[in-house]
Amino acid sequence: MTDRTEQVPSQSGKDDRPVKLACRNVWKLFGSNAANFIRERDGKASMAEIAAAGLVGAVRAVDLEIRQGEIFIIMGLSGSGKSTLVRCMSRLVEPTHGKVEFEGKDLLKISDAALIELRRHRMGMVFQNFALLPHLNVLENIAFPLSIQGQDRPTREARAREVIELVGLRGREQFYPRELSGGQQQRVGIARSLATKPEIWFLDEPFSALDPLIRREMQDELMRLQTMLHKTIVFITHDFDEAIRLADRIAIMKDGEVIQIGTPEELVVNPATDYVAEFTRDVDRAKVISARGLMRACDGSEHGGTVASDAKISSFSASIVAAGKPFAVVNGTGKPIGEVTPQAVIDLLAGIDRSGTSA
Amino acid sequence: MTVTASASEARTRPVQVWLLVWASALAIVLVTFLLQDSLPWAVNYPSSAVVPVADWVSALMGWIKSNLSWLTRSITAVLGVPLDFALNLLAKNFKFGHGADTVILPRLSWVGVCAAAYLAGHAVGGRKLGILVGGCFLYIALFGQWTSAMLTLALISIAVPFCIVTGLFAGIWAWRKPWAERLIVSPALDLMQTIPTFAYLIPMLLLFGNSPVSAMIATAIFATPPMVRATMLGLSRVPSEIDDFSEMAGCTARQKLWRVLLPSARPTLMVGVNQVIMLALNMVIIASMIGAGGLGYDVLLALRALKVGEAMEAGLAIVALAIALDRLSQAIAHNNAKGHVHQETNPVFWRRYPNLALAIAILVVTTLLGLFLPAFAAVPKAITFTTAPLWKAAVNWVTINFFDMIEAFRVALILNVLNPVRAFCEGFPWLGAVFLLGLAGYQLSGLRLAALVAVLTAFCAVTGLWEKTMATVYLCGISAFIACLIGIPIGLMASRSDRFEKIVTPVIDTLQVLPSFCFIIPVVMLFRVGDVTAMIATVAFAVVPAIRYTNHGIRQVPPALIEAAKVSGCTPRQTFFRVQLPLALPEIMLGVNQTILMALAMIIICAMVGTRDLGQEVFIALSKADSGRGIVAGLAIAFIGIVADRLFNAWTAKARARLG
Repeated sequence: MTDRTEQVPSQSGKDDRPVKLACRNVWKLFGSNAANFIRERDGKASMAEIAAAGLVGAVRAVDLEIRQGEIFIIMGLSGSGKSTLVRCMSRLVEPTHGKVEFEGKDLLKISDAALIELRRHRMGMVFQNFALLPHLNVLENIAFPLSIQGQDRPTREARAREVIELVGLRGREQFYPRELSGGQQQRVGIARSLATKPEIWFLDEPFSALDPLIRREMQDELMRLQTMLHKTIVFITHDFDEAIRLADRIAIMKDGEVIQIGTPEELVVNPATDYVAEFTRDVDRAKVISARGLMRACDGSEHGGTVASDAKISSFSASIVAAGKPFAVVNGTGKPIGEVTPQAVIDLLAGIDRSGTSA
Repeated sequence: MTVTASASEARTRPVQVWLLVWASALAIVLVTFLLQDSLPWAVNYPSSAVVPVADWVSALMGWIKSNLSWLTRSITAVLGVPLDFALNLLAKNFKFGHGADTVILPRLSWVGVCAAAYLAGHAVGGRKLGILVGGCFLYIALFGQWTSAMLTLALISIAVPFCIVTGLFAGIWAWRKPWAERLIVSPALDLMQTIPTFAYLIPMLLLFGNSPVSAMIATAIFATPPMVRATMLGLSRVPSEIDDFSEMAGCTARQKLWRVLLPSARPTLMVGVNQVIMLALNMVIIASMIGAGGLGYDVLLALRALKVGEAMEAGLAIVALAIALDRLSQAIAHNNAKGHVHQETNPVFWRRYPNLALAIAILVVTTLLGLFLPAFAAVPKAITFTTAPLWKAAVNWVTINFFDMIEAFRVALILNVLNPVRAFCEGFPWLGAVFLLGLAGYQLSGLRLAALVAVLTAFCAVTGLWEKTMATVYLCGISAFIACLIGIPIGLMASRSDRFEKIVTPVIDTLQVLPSFCFIIPVVMLFRVGDVTAMIATVAFAVVPAIRYTNHGIRQVPPALIEAAKVSGCTPRQTFFRVQLPLALPEIMLGVNQTILMALAMIIICAMVGTRDLGQEVFIALSKADSGRGIVAGLAIAFIGIVADRLFNAWTAKARARLG
């Protein structure tokens, strides 16, 4: 898997942002005596061994690192263990084995009091079905995590009004959850999780319960918030299109295992397994693949324009075809590093594979 | 192919085996019965071998009474304070000082209470509910039952908060500690649900004497279980995401429970509160036998003197009170389930709670007016009606004109139905019953159920109560059978016609809230005392669950399945008999189970109209304050209920498992 991914020019490889949250060989097994089972095997077990011991492996041998400020998406179908994994990361579910490191400190070893402190100030979570408290109005719901911390009413309500403004719910402060639409309810959920100014933000299928149109609107809203707030985001979804729209990196899960981690482009260009390939088959490649991915060495012909190396093909496909000449690809400092030909773009758009090398 | 064939063989074979087993078991019992001259001990439990459990219990209670009187007295003293306050506030007057310089503060004016009842209804359910609730209170006032009804209401208003708090904490405990739920709370709740109301009275009478306090304690104990169940259910139903949210917000365990889980569970809790109120009303009426006073006492006195008119009047006042309390608390529960709606907040108290403020104002003004105008203090005689002569005349008219018909019906019923069944039941060999019920338990669930059922059945025989037990089983069984015979068809009709359902629903809703006492009164007017009266009253009381569960069971069959049946070309008849009915069967059986349990509860109360079963045993023990006898008989009744309940549940569970 690794050798194939390395062939692709990768952004994740040279990412020097600090690691915010890491899973080191995290396991969650259900069944009696699961902890002993995995400890005796030194944190290694095959599917067959787990089944033979009468256990169920919800999360198996997960290793991943989430960097500060990135949107990290965990993608998998229902039952793949993604929800359990994200609950292991926040210790809502106690992992059976392994380490969960928050800024290098093992979360599984800290005291209950320290965990409560951590959750109160540094973690936030948004839920699929909103999990709003039915007996509190919008303002009280959003101020709830602050009131739990013991903040006085004026302080917490002032902060709640700030985030209400941020998510565009002004005028609904006195409404109760059942009076709001699904989209509005999730805005409340988002506002509530942001009220404590968390550093790491867990979003558990936040838009899955919404209509497609509202879902898209909320995805845009999330991107807008992220450009302002720069949170470290762990986002769970079963929708690959959503993952591609939002992700810096995606981890694909199946049967409790992470089978590939990479940027959307890496997954599309170099799927590690047939399972991943199946997901990426219907993806609009022009929106995922960047200029760098179609780049070839300059052969000296005249250039019709320049594009940044990380610009998606769809952003310049019309102009390159109209120009009928190759575009120079430049890196961050404006230095040309190669070129993209109109023919390559047309082939990509038409789904024709001329390279003959990749599958 | 071969696999399926052998599997189906394996499935049919046990059925045949069981048929054989049952045939031989019945044969053995028949032989025992026929040989009763040579094997008398197998049919009638020998009186020489009776285990004197009753004496042991009496001794224990006597010891508690003489050694723990300081405790019972202090409990009486503590509970007496709020109770006296409520009694004085609603029914009596406050009196301070003695003799000539007694200062009397009046009770709340009836005009004010009626107005407050209207406003309470108006606040939670709009004008229609306000008129209903206010009207019920006005009815009570105008028909001259005011003081008694307020006594009853005062007892309820003190017992209910007690039940709610106790139930809440017990429920929380059981929810937190699964072992506590499994080992303590669930068995206790099951037992409390099946022990007849009468049996609660005896220990209370013994420990706390004949007083409103002991009535209140009995009421509080009897009415707590639904709150415990509602709390457990409500907490376990809180969506797991809300649970997760509270963790992620950094709630401590206490914050999580009190600020997140319990408020989220509020709709379910309110349903529990409604049930607590209705059970408390039911029990307060029955507890009039140990000094509760109030409407129940009026009924009791009238029944004892066979004054049907007065009994009917007091009974109708109970009905009015029951309907008012039920609709009010249901509306509150309903509002909670619907969820909150925002409204203009206003810092001024009387603007924010206009109904409450108005109710308080009216209560204060009318009560003060009562100091000067007696018409406000007590309902003036001039405006009250009495319907007692009317009822009496009606009964007289019926007895004069239809005496022969009613009597013929009664005698025919006794001779042709009741007596043969009774003879069969009372002659049934106790050993055979233990054996057959144990066998049923084994077939339905396994050795544990078999042992439980056999031991409980044997208890009834070993304590020397076999004949009375079987007398109870006979009356309860016939009543439950007839109730099902009437109820299930009505439920089926209701499930097939929305219009019919609309007529049936309010009727059974009303039947359900009526305290069991009320059912006896009209029947006793026509059929006088005896088994027939007991049976008819029990049928009327127990028919509700049969109707309700049947209707619900048929209606909850998924529409997709009915559509599938229609598409496969089923006629409506086929759809009904081959799809809806089999799928609804477990639910219907649940209704039958409930019917049996309710019939059992009612049969015991019917001891007041002269049955000769365990209920009579408890009734006698109550009047003699013989705790041992009463408690053992009460346990025997509870065991009948438990045996029936467990067997039915096991059967339903099996049927459910088969349907998947």
